[in-house]
Amino acid sequence: MSILIDKNTKVICQGLTGKTGTFHTEQAIAYGTKMVGGVTPGKGGSVWEAGEPAKGQTLPVFDTVAEAREKTGADASVIYVPPPFAADSILEAIAAEIPLAICITEGIPVLDMVKVKRALDGSKTRLVGPNCPGVITPDECKIGIMPGHIHRKGHVGVISRSGTLTYEAVHQTTAAGLGQSTCVGIGGDPVKGTDFIEVLDMFLHDDETHSIIMIGEIGGSAEADAAKFLAGHKIKKPTVGFIAGVTAPPGRRMGHAGALVSGADDTAAAKIEAMKSAGVAVSPTPAAMGRTLLEVLKK
Amino acid sequence: MNIHEYQAKQVLKSFGAPVSDGRVVTRAQEAEAAANALPGPVYVVKAQIHAGGRGKGKFKEPEAGEGGGVRLAKSPAEAAKFAKEMLGATLVTKQTGETGKQVNTIYIENGSDIETELYLSALVDRGTGRIAFIASTEGGMNIEEVAEETPEKIVTVGIDPATGCMPHHARRIAQALGLKGAAAKQCGRLIPALYKAFVEKDASLLEINPLIVTKGGDLLVLDAKMGFDPNALFRHEDILELRDISEEDPMEVKASEYDLSYVKLDGNIGCMVNGAGLAMATMDIIKHYGAEPANFLDVGGGATKEKVTEAFKIITTDPGVKGILVNIFGGIMRCDIIAEGIVAAVKEVGLEDPLVVRLEGTNVEKGKEILANSGLKITPADDLEDAAKKVVEAVQG
Repeated sequence: MSILIDKNTKVICQGLTGKTGTFHTEQAIAYGTKMVGGVTPGKGGSVWEAGEPAKGQTLPVFDTVAEAREKTGADASVIYVPPPFAADSILEAIAAEIPLAICITEGIPVLDMVKVKRALDGSKTRLVGPNCPGVITPDECKIGIMPGHIHRKGHVGVISRSGTLTYEAVHQTTAAGLGQSTCVGIGGDPVKGTDFIEVLDMFLHDDETHSIIMIGEIGGSAEADAAKFLAGHKIKKPTVGFIAGVTAPPGRRMGHAGALVSGADDTAAAKIEAMKSAGVAVSPTPAAMGRTLLEVLKK
Repeated sequence: MNIHEYQAKQVLKSFGAPVSDGRVVTRAQEAEAAANALPGPVYVVKAQIHAGGRGKGKFKEPEAGEGGGVRLAKSPAEAAKFAKEMLGATLVTKQTGETGKQVNTIYIENGSDIETELYLSALVDRGTGRIAFIASTEGGMNIEEVAEETPEKIVTVGIDPATGCMPHHARRIAQALGLKGAAAKQCGRLIPALYKAFVEKDASLLEINPLIVTKGGDLLVLDAKMGFDPNALFRHEDILELRDISEEDPMEVKASEYDLSYVKLDGNIGCMVNGAGLAMATMDIIKHYGAEPANFLDVGGGATKEKVTEAFKIITTDPGVKGILVNIFGGIMRCDIIAEGIVAAVKEVGLEDPLVVRLEGTNVEKGKEILANSGLKITPADDLEDAAKKVVEAVQG
């Protein structure tokens, strides 16, 4: 088992015929992801043709997510729609009751996400993202923009607010010979779908996941809440944490819309303290996540 | 994106919030006439900079006088005198840092008789994913200190986006603010107006500190601060027009033109990284090995040759930079293309400081080869740790 996605997950792409959607769908097909269709309003009925590295593959294009779901039986949708229209696309996925929606788009207005978050309440859809690299279960299914080749099938569950830092953790755990069960990028926005606690709970219950790396950053209290959750959970797995932004000055937005220190609780120091008191081994630098995990596993 | 107090008040006024009559002044000779246009008999002369703590701030220049950035004048002549002193002078407050900020605009407002000072703000509560109002009877204070010392005096009221702001929200806030009679009724109109302004303009922060009850028993917005979601500015041309570039760091403005995310810091190691999290983590590892980063710079996922070149220019413009660390986790971006970009950038911009480059990802070997064969003095690094150690060593000698 893995979490969220596996080799049987059938995926559609919202925004398939755009440049980004096309590029990453070609990459996903080449990786082995079961892509089953795409949605571009106004282009329904046409056929999408892949270029390298998936040349020869075609996918049906639909006008609506509801039609795509009905015709393909998709379990998941990946969203590469430009920021002004992305919230509407997520809401369409929710309306079509797609079980898993993964939104890669960066730069969605925060108040659009406030509406989306409300629509998710009581819905049949789980949203991952936005502003995230996506989700990958190595050798089975890659949904998102992460480079597939750095991953190896293994037993570390990786969860992160940052894209490239996730790659760093993946690279280090691959180099250490551990590999990954599933990697989940929850995204750097202040209002988002899935947060640390939900993914950590899935990792703790997943047999394939033997240990966890969680990567947070300044802003908000999600990491501290997650640490409390881990401390109170009856299942225990070796966990390594890293928080980016020790040197970030207060009150400044550091790239990610959500990466901003606005109070005493959302500094890196406060989060590191919360993780340590929950028994999480905190990696001293971003270069030592794999090494720190190996040390924890040896104990 | 932040705006000035007088602009925030104009925005709020357009939604029906009660504000005092005031005039904007950018030249000293306009000040007396501006004050004369107000009813008086007292006038508040307020320096307009994007930083809080103006009242308690101090001017660097002695000729700007002893007072802070908010002064009470008893006549239009005195208001003009204050405006003349402040314009062009540098105001240092708790939030500006030591360098302070030059005052280019003055707001002269009609004075008010204050009965009580209250605190009211609205923001997006990331915990609940909803807009929330924060209300407190402790107006005019630093709200972070109130939260720390007397958390029971702060009431948070979240608004369900499905219903929007309802009368019960306003009643709860009026109660939290201790309002009675006419002021409580006015609060019932103010709260929905503020919520409407927040939503319609895609605000990220709206802070009224203080909100006052006048001696006449009316609510009045005495100070106002508004920030807006940069992701939503594409649909608010009116707000974009309120942007004051002179309040921003010129290098940060330049970076934003090239879609680079840059924040100037005080250290001496310039950083160029792809991805916000990795960029922050790169700053952290520099600090871990005993040096200080000169900047945060995220070139983004689609780093092109042009972006890399501009990033280099911005980093090397900073006189504090004594060494540069490039840290790129190529991911889907190919390392050979990034390496070519670095080489082209260095050739165009020139390079005097030590440059350490760490590349990882697709075609990494080819990328390293390009750097090695470029004939440029580039120190390659195997991983992030190696890169950080090398650049710190190069700078500290």
